[in-house]
Amino acid sequence: MAIPTSSQTIGPFFRAALERPAWSDLTREGVAGEGVRIEGTVYDGDRTPVPDALLELWQADANGSYTHADGRFRGFGRACTDHDGRFWFRTIVPGPVPGANGAVQAPHANLTIFARGLLKRLVTRIYFGDHAEENVRDPLLASIEDAAVRATLIAPRTEHAGGIPVYTFDVVLQGAGETAFLAI
Amino acid sequence: MTDGTQPPYDFPAYTSTIKRHPKRALIEAPQTLSEVTGPTFASPWYGPNATDLSRVDGREAQGQRIIVAGRVLDEDGRPVRGTLVEVWQANAAGRYHHDGDQHDAPLDPNFIGAGQAVTDDEGRWRFLTIRPGAYPWRNTYNAWRPAHIHFSVFGPSFATRMITQMYFPGDPLLETDPVFHSIPDAAARNRLISAYDPQLSEAEYALGYRWDVILRGRGATPVES
Ligand SMILES: [Fe+2]
Repeated sequence: MAIPTSSQTIGPFFRAALERPAWSDLTREGVAGEGVRIEGTVYDGDRTPVPDALLELWQADANGSYTHADGRFRGFGRACTDHDGRFWFRTIVPGPVPGANGAVQAPHANLTIFARGLLKRLVTRIYFGDHAEENVRDPLLASIEDAAVRATLIAPRTEHAGGIPVYTFDVVLQGAGETAFLAI
Repeated sequence: MTDGTQPPYDFPAYTSTIKRHPKRALIEAPQTLSEVTGPTFASPWYGPNATDLSRVDGREAQGQRIIVAGRVLDEDGRPVRGTLVEVWQANAAGRYHHDGDQHDAPLDPNFIGAGQAVTDDEGRWRFLTIRPGAYPWRNTYNAWRPAHIHFSVFGPSFATRMITQMYFPGDPLLETDPVFHSIPDAAARNRLISAYDPQLSEAEYALGYRWDVILRGRGATPVES
């Protein structure tokens, strides 16, 4: 077995190659399901916004399938934070996904974070706050004993008159309110 | 990974890690369908290949022309086919085409320094570019990054997604660079250094450097019900 190549930081100067504004909208070619926004801010250990992070989203479709046979919705998104550390995705809420040993995983989007100062990426998950019953039964959420840590993975939903619902998911790299990051 | 072949999050010699590394241990998450699947690149939704960084609209960039080529392989040495490789780098003077780069070195109107390629059936990729210059950064007084090209690679699943940097052989700045030295294992570190390859060089035209990327395994392939 060969040893996997070591990770290095994305650094601050990736935008010419990696910034693809269109990729923030996973629904840009159309998709079945309720359109929603996921938005948030990336913070460092001083609660200072991180203006040079890159985030990627990977999720199932409304049926909980990752095969994306539809061809228009690929389940993949990419966003860069702005000067205020903010990012957004437009997407749909995925369906529940099969887990290990016949378990069902609550709807979730997989999120990875790259930034200057991160020598390797961070991985986390976004769960959807209005899916409370499914979240309670989710194997990963259930494995996190500390309720405050578990809560960092659950994005509350806000309705907006005349607009699409928004799920708010902040990423706190360090310290108070630090996001639960995953080893996968 | 704790075997020293991957860098830690907390590495104070690289000062940007100090306020950006998580302090709580990562939560062990078993691999599920969510981790062993990932975006595919069978249709060109991600845009066309851009493998010639050495010119803009036919006008040649300044600097030493180089060919950089290699393969993306998995841990068993099998080619990783049809995966997206994105690259970016400074110009020959050590300046990025980026608003945030304040280094007082000339921009080159004929060099953007961004490219992308999808690997072929043998896992191969190849770029024609300009040898990047070293550049100063404010990590410590008078610190300079060794010449490098940034690489972003997907692989077959969300679990294999990674970003790294490729270096050049014989660069004296490697001795003191904290980003490079964040990898504890010397052999792993040195695998980030490309090899000069006379077979890849083109006579009267460009020097060749070869470098392979090895991705971790994707884990068991579950059947989606
Ligand atoms: Fe760089």
